[in-house]
Amino acid sequence: MASAVSLRAAVALTGRFPVLAGIDLTVDPGEILVLEGPNGAGKTSVLRACAGLLPVTSGHAVVLGHDLRRHPSAVRRQVGMLGHAAALYNELNVVENVRFAVRAAGGSVDGIDAALDRLGLVGRLRRTTVGRLSAGQRRRVALAVLVARHPALWLLDEPHAALDAGARALLGDIVTGAVAGGATVLIASHEPEASLPLAHRAVTLAGGRVTDERTLERRVPDPGQIESTRVVGAVHVA
Amino acid sequence: MWRDALLVAGKDLRIELRSRVVLNQVAPFAVVVLALFAFALGPNRAPMVEAAAGLFWVAVLFACVLAVQRSFALEAADGTRDGLRLSGLDPAGIFLGKAAAIAVQLVVLEVLLAAGVVLFYGAHVHSYVAVLVACAAGTAGLAAVGTLYGALAAGVRVRETLLPFLFLPVVAPVLLAGTRAWQVALGTGPGGDAADPWLRLMLVFAAVYLAVGVLTFGPLQEAG
Repeated sequence: MASAVSLRAAVALTGRFPVLAGIDLTVDPGEILVLEGPNGAGKTSVLRACAGLLPVTSGHAVVLGHDLRRHPSAVRRQVGMLGHAAALYNELNVVENVRFAVRAAGGSVDGIDAALDRLGLVGRLRRTTVGRLSAGQRRRVALAVLVARHPALWLLDEPHAALDAGARALLGDIVTGAVAGGATVLIASHEPEASLPLAHRAVTLAGGRVTDERTLERRVPDPGQIESTRVVGAVHVA
Repeated sequence: MWRDALLVAGKDLRIELRSRVVLNQVAPFAVVVLALFAFALGPNRAPMVEAAAGLFWVAVLFACVLAVQRSFALEAADGTRDGLRLSGLDPAGIFLGKAAAIAVQLVVLEVLLAAGVVLFYGAHVHSYVAVLVACAAGTAGLAAVGTLYGALAAGVRVRETLLPFLFLPVVAPVLLAGTRAWQVALGTGPGGDAADPWLRLMLVFAAVYLAVGVLTFGPLQEAG
């Protein structure tokens, strides 16, 4: 079975600085992988490279069967990314934002109502312009976009930030549901207590490379309840 | 491409309808420019009528800079530019959509400015066809160049000052041809002058920049 993400000796530059310095990383289809590491380790850069937003200048980089060095933009419609910014238009309301994002990605608008319901975006909230929402509510709208789009690869950058306890539990359900539907999920996180319970595997990054890798015994959380995870294997890479 | 263009144009126009930045800020600015020129030219009608065509297009150009800046400011906030890139929309469709939205806003501004020219300067239109064709071709050209250079400046920290610096020299042919065509249409140009060559120049300019935009917007978007 082909990997969902395959990076070998991949290098990506920001200006002249190598934010990915020959990284080796493989992610299987249906896997949930957590990326850990200090600030500047390259977690966000891995996600942006996998989305085709950060050019890979050397090495091997194939995501969902697309060679990122040849056609970096080809993978984008199959990828959903939740970044530090919500990527929403302040002047549009919740429904308009989600509808635009789904239609732009070539998706069906049929699932939008269900996605908004799932994220608790109901009633008058749906007609509220996004500029008037709280940070947590904006995060929920951005998540609703992903739920409605059903991307094959979810790239979540600090997904728990700004979310309350209920929304964090819901995020766990959503990620679990996405994987059950065949998606692959990469999570960059500084909150191991929130992200590791969701994951099959965790890798630690430093200086744009993988330095440590752990296989986790993932215990699928009940809806709304994230349980603890036990480390069952560890590999020191560098 | 056309589907993507409609989607992007619809989104930009919906945002404008909601925020009314062009209507409440850019349009008054353009009308104030016309009024200030009228004050500067003094109480005599003759120089105002003679300068009306050129001042109309200068005001359109200034207003266009603001409309383009507004259009790309939408994509600079809250990571929406990355969102647009990630959507997988055809870059040519994004270019045409943003240009179409700017063009619609320019048409509204031009109607207001044309009324201002008649009101403040006492100009009379002799050839409505020339006025309309010049406005249509000029609008298309300005929107295309504006979108192209807006994307080019979008990724730069000093984009607010860079855009006019890049944009205004490039659209000098629109200013020149538009002014000459309008002079003919208003009957204020040199005797024997015809609007046709100027209108053709404006049409060619618009066609060239629309084609360049469709072909190059993708790389520009990635590089910005």
